[in-house]
Amino acid sequence: MAKIIGGITTSHIPAIGNAIANESFEDPYWKSFFDGYPPIREWLAKNKPDVVINIYNDHGLGFFLDKMPTFAIGAALEYQSEDEGWGIPALGAFPGAPELSWHIIEGMVADEFDITSCQELAVDHGFVVPMQLFWPGAPNNPDMPLAIPISANTVQHPLPTLNRAYNFGKSLRKAILSYPEDIKVVVLGTGGLSHQLDGERAGFINKEFDRMCMEKIVTDPEALTRISRRELVEKAGAQGTEFLMWMMMRGALGAKVKPLHQNYHIPISNTAAGTMLLECTA
Amino acid sequence: METAHFDHHSPIPGTTLFDGRQAMKGYALNKMCYSFNAKAARDEYLADPEAYFDKFKLNETQKQACRNKNVLEMIAAGGNIYYLAKFAGIYKLGVQDVGAQQTGVTTEEFKQKLLRAGD
Repeated sequence: MAKIIGGITTSHIPAIGNAIANESFEDPYWKSFFDGYPPIREWLAKNKPDVVINIYNDHGLGFFLDKMPTFAIGAALEYQSEDEGWGIPALGAFPGAPELSWHIIEGMVADEFDITSCQELAVDHGFVVPMQLFWPGAPNNPDMPLAIPISANTVQHPLPTLNRAYNFGKSLRKAILSYPEDIKVVVLGTGGLSHQLDGERAGFINKEFDRMCMEKIVTDPEALTRISRRELVEKAGAQGTEFLMWMMMRGALGAKVKPLHQNYHIPISNTAAGTMLLECTA
Repeated sequence: METAHFDHHSPIPGTTLFDGRQAMKGYALNKMCYSFNAKAARDEYLADPEAYFDKFKLNETQKQACRNKNVLEMIAAGGNIYYLAKFAGIYKLGVQDVGAQQTGVTTEEFKQKLLRAGD
């Protein structure tokens, strides 16, 4: 049967992709950020997951406001990145795992989570940057697992609640664990932490709130489900609502997790960057 | 239901929640900006911005905000920051340039403010 071995969080800011392309790993601005990743790569190299479920939020590449799914799951043979309007180089295609995708879709809809299935889905920096951070050279890394993207709406209110995001993860977990193949799955929750790009409050960062979230997501995620959406915007910033993806991941990990590694760094571009490696103990 | 307490327009200073009202208001502007994912669209825009505004049926307020390259005006006209970032990208403006413009400081001052947030 399929097994979930752990979850990893990371910010997914486009500037990180540029810094990787420019190999700015030792640059003083970037060093303490990139130093957060080798322990995670070592864990991945040791545990070798077969599939990575990448929970991210599309930022206006795969979806537009004409049709905006609250939760969407990729069910494609492969996923292609694009330049997103900035002329950034598109990488090769990320191979998918459509049979597992459809198993998850069947399981979650039976569990009354009505999601949008996508047989074509262009993936943006929210999906690509974490892959590059964890599997350098992605998708052309020999250890690159098969990938399944899951996107949640953080573009247009009403967004899902943190409680719904957490329950989504729980339902996702049930679906994965019922997959008959003996595969190892790792779940990524990407985005965040606090940041705001728009309005007179642009540049808002909230270290205290981020620290609280990083602590509670390990020990007491239920407490975080009680944060309202308005409070999340107020305390994490308008785009800090990407914390939803962390909660979706956390729900998929089961009750108990062991935090193996974490890093927190301010700023990368306009954002407080948080990285965590949580191993499943059950 | 939480909705009762979720006032879509309750003020968070300096923040415009992009909700259904904004999405309706800004649809044409955001649709134009979404098109800039494709290089051919960016080239077509740059060849004749006014014709491109008309192609997407922008209203006069949206057109003027675009001509001014003023992000706060574009948000007031219904723009969503994720799509506006693609407009800004045409002019090689990154999110820190956009943040500086909205807060009335230079990009360097804006970057310094972010560095201080880590102290």
